[in-house]
Amino acid sequence: MKSHLQILFWIFAAASVCAHAETDSEVQARKAALDVAGAFTNEGFKVRDGHWCGAIKPHDHTLIAVNLYAGNQYWFSAGATEAAKEIAVSVYDESGKRITTEGYNAGEKAAAGFAPANSGQYFVSVDLIDGQEASCCLVYSYK
Amino acid sequence: MIRLTRFGAIGLMGAIFAAAGAETGRLPADQLAQAVRSDSISIPTPGELFAALEKPGKTNWSGQYRRPMPMTYRDRAQIALNLGGLIADGFIAVEAKDSQQVKNIGSDIIKLSKALGVSKNLLSRGNSINEFAENNEWDTLQEELEATQNEVKSSMQSHSDQDLVILVTLGGWIRGTQVVSAAIMQNYDERSAKVLRQPALVRLIQSKIDNISPELRSEPLVKDMSDQLAGIEKLVSFPLGKAPSVDEVRKVNEAVGKVMDEIENKAPVK
Repeated sequence: MKSHLQILFWIFAAASVCAHAETDSEVQARKAALDVAGAFTNEGFKVRDGHWCGAIKPHDHTLIAVNLYAGNQYWFSAGATEAAKEIAVSVYDESGKRITTEGYNAGEKAAAGFAPANSGQYFVSVDLIDGQEASCCLVYSYK
Repeated sequence: MIRLTRFGAIGLMGAIFAAAGAETGRLPADQLAQAVRSDSISIPTPGELFAALEKPGKTNWSGQYRRPMPMTYRDRAQIALNLGGLIADGFIAVEAKDSQQVKNIGSDIIKLSKALGVSKNLLSRGNSINEFAENNEWDTLQEELEATQNEVKSSMQSHSDQDLVILVTLGGWIRGTQVVSAAIMQNYDERSAKVLRQPALVRLIQSKIDNISPELRSEPLVKDMSDQLAGIEKLVSFPLGKAPSVDEVRKVNEAVGKVMDEIENKAPVK
């Protein structure tokens, strides 16, 4: 039953990739992000269908605003194309203060997880720490 | 701390670490202002809101149902707003684990989508919703509802109806907030009440509405929505760390209830 549900989920995710991604490299980046997010589904996290994809430059970052609910737990998962050697994900509150998160880093894949104490706006930063300009994608999961 | 124990799927075991908050400084306000804000990732789904509401205790989801809405709307803005509300109703039925209600709402979503001319790819979604409801596959149903919502929005964009997308989002947020505030009033709990703090989300929706075409923005129903959002933003601007009181929750519920009533019942100007 569980595997059946997961297969269906990936079919929907793949269909969504086809519907929204502009370039092959963004499709690749989103697949990498979904690879990371997929691990969290084992813990009951639901992956949102929405995502952000874009280009990221060396030693630069992109900030994405998200609106979160106190009571939920979140994981933000990012993936990039191979030109990126190392990326990182970090989270900031509405005043710009960095939040303590759990993290995962593995080259062109990274994730950050936390449970917000307050509902409201947060900012997820995807940083290209090492490597060349690359396509990058962010998805998030909640439970 | 978020508990994660089974990372075998992609070999993450042992790679999770705690990132210290004090490692870096504060991001400046101008950077925060330039952050990406998009419908697809910056605006949460009703499912996320409902998941947070349910954490402190059981919610009477079936008690939040409303009567079936008419399928005879002609004004496209009104259809889009009601479509968003209907999708939120679908999430409520999933939370209630009510397969018949899910099927009824799925059928109405297809009907309203047809009225907007965006139903081409949605018939298979309707079939999937029915099948998952029959089999009580609630997690999959929630994903299917979100995918349906995204497909409706994507179809609107490809039909040059992109201005209607934010109205679907707004309808869903208003209906979700109406249901959540009503549920909190019925069984007040400070932890649940904290989900209502969303001033930046209302500002984001308002900014998207400010960018739609002047013709659509000047339609009486859309103009009313836009005017009332400013008041709603104030009502959901609770201080950090403070849960709204029952009375504050009631004010939110009344404000969004008034808007929902207009979305459902406002007669178009001829």
